[in-house]
Amino acid sequence: MPPLSMYEKIWSSHAVVEEPGRPALIYIDRHLIHEITSPQAFAGLKSAGRKARRPDLTFAVMDHSVPTKDRNLPLVDKVAAAQFDALERNCQEAGILLFDMQSPDQGIVHIIGPDLGLTQPGQTIVCGDSHTSTHGAFGALAFGIGTAEVEHVLATQCLTQFKSKPMRIGVAGRRPRGVTAKDLILAIIGRIGIGAGAGHVIEYAGEAIHELSMEGRMTVCNMSIEAGARAGMVAPDDSTVAYLEGRPFVPRGKDFQEAAARWKTLGSDPGAHFDRVVELDATEIAPQVTWGTNPGMVTDVTGRVPDPASFADAVERSAAERALEYMALEPGTRMEDIPVDRVFIGSCTNSRLEDLRLAASVLDGRKVARTIKQALVVPGSERIKARAEAEGLDRIFKAAGFEWRDAGCSMCIGMNADVLPSGERCASTSNRNFEGRQGKGGRTHLVSPMMAAAAAIEGHFVDIRQWDVHPVE
Amino acid sequence: MIAFRKHTGLVVPLDRVNVDTDQMVPKQFLKLLTREGYGKFLFYDWRYLEREKPNPDFVLNQPRYRGASVLLARANFGCGSSREHAPWAILDYGFRALIAPSYADIFYNNCFKNGILPVTLADAQVDELFRRTARQEGYALTVDLESQTVADASGLRFTFEVDGFRKECLLNGWDDIGLTLRYEDRIADYERRHQPQARPYGPLDGITSGD
Ligand code: SF4
Repeated sequence: MPPLSMYEKIWSSHAVVEEPGRPALIYIDRHLIHEITSPQAFAGLKSAGRKARRPDLTFAVMDHSVPTKDRNLPLVDKVAAAQFDALERNCQEAGILLFDMQSPDQGIVHIIGPDLGLTQPGQTIVCGDSHTSTHGAFGALAFGIGTAEVEHVLATQCLTQFKSKPMRIGVAGRRPRGVTAKDLILAIIGRIGIGAGAGHVIEYAGEAIHELSMEGRMTVCNMSIEAGARAGMVAPDDSTVAYLEGRPFVPRGKDFQEAAARWKTLGSDPGAHFDRVVELDATEIAPQVTWGTNPGMVTDVTGRVPDPASFADAVERSAAERALEYMALEPGTRMEDIPVDRVFIGSCTNSRLEDLRLAASVLDGRKVARTIKQALVVPGSERIKARAEAEGLDRIFKAAGFEWRDAGCSMCIGMNADVLPSGERCASTSNRNFEGRQGKGGRTHLVSPMMAAAAAIEGHFVDIRQWDVHPVE
Repeated sequence: MIAFRKHTGLVVPLDRVNVDTDQMVPKQFLKLLTREGYGKFLFYDWRYLEREKPNPDFVLNQPRYRGASVLLARANFGCGSSREHAPWAILDYGFRALIAPSYADIFYNNCFKNGILPVTLADAQVDELFRRTARQEGYALTVDLESQTVADASGLRFTFEVDGFRKECLLNGWDDIGLTLRYEDRIADYERRHQPQARPYGPLDGITSGD
């Protein structure tokens, strides 16, 4: 047997049909659905007279347009309410477990999958959502699909797939203090570009990756799609096994021991082939802040807004000009001199307990600047919220001047009432700084939770490495 | 799914790199329950000013491009969110073919599922089409999937690559769920072998769906 990459191992163990010249039929172990990309799939299924094949492998949650406060009140947004009703009805008819707005297990789909142990190494996981790449942190093959494919998976529990090319991103060395998983992945995307991963599945490796907690690995894998990759993955190790043990949907007892032993064999074989290899050095990475309208338009916090004239490529140059116009930024401005109006700590990239702890460690004993119009923290799930409250993190956030909300996508996408107003600037821990993403005309700067918290305190971006921050216990 | 064989239509140039699906259909329009009627939301924030007044500066609103059905675009077209509302909107607006140097994976895939042909050409070829579109009002292209060519009236002819399976499905407008269900025995057989690993572990202690 030639040495195989982790991607190839999972692929071949899930290939139901593989014939030359055709895409393969891949079996799907976990299908996650939410209210936005599933109604048309269920409607299609119904109109063709088909049924959900494996409702027991399908899990649903309401996350994208849920309100993050006053959940006991009737929904103001009637269009969203109709979508919630549709999801509830569809799940009921098909026999799919749904975590609705009142469930203590509700949260962002990519947060609850791992948190409940639905996500496990070696699985194939799909969801009608591009950030499904998050689950790859466990050594699963996880990727986003369109609604037609959601319907296809509901009907057949399989997906017609072309094989991607394996790519390896190695990050050597140890992260400096104040540099987080978010900074690693932003630096990676800044280096390779937002289209570089197209057609590839990225395996992240190296000391800096394996030194990350599972939370950090999820942050890295989450943003694989921002580099254009189908999926991102990290080989399972002791941290993976320790994280999963005891979670609700994870095997127990002897089954767990067997599963854990199997999981540890999933990593790429020595000498496995990768179509592309990128190497970075973690010791050289600084806290990152985006200046433009895609995640690749990013620089060190100590850097400056670039001059579009410095881009050699004409198309890139005009994209940078357009971005600076939208962001209302002048070339040469120091990143640290950019003032912010709002701060958002949340999203499937950075709303796990570790993220909240890191942000709280910065906020402890400090106050949000008077110039900040709103500072919002939205935990990724109700379980995380409860755990954070048990640790007293909510008190730190509130004392600093943050609003403490219920779980959901919130201002990552602004489909509920949490919208960034036009012309305002937001330090956000989410994953996309696209035009209008957080609200029409809103200007997003992507940062880590620590950097977001520090920006809230100072009213502008600051280099968190200069601060004396102690972890909150 | 509707089939695509050959299409001739007016070309509209969208000269921006990395156009993401958030721009194609902004989030406020993702809350509907149907697949139809998204055309009016296509590029909403670029297309309209206050109170849905068309923005005269946006290329789709320029009179010379009215009725365009071939969209000429730049690299990494359709990046970002997996929302299939984007191709629904593109189709509903009246586009049947796209031409760009590259596409984001999920979007590319979604196009084929909706009867839209995303043609990939080399950078220099795309540049040439941008030049011709700018120079000549009413510039039209014929996109032929069968022969894998893009051609104009003055003799330009580019060939493009497309995967054979995708081509066959699109030419015939095949429903790929139907195709997969032909393998039902193989799926059932796989499930029998793979079952112990695929099944979520139960009972679902402490899990509540909320109602
Ligand atoms: S938090 Fe943002 S990126 Fe993540 S699933 Fe929700 S909307 Fe998508």
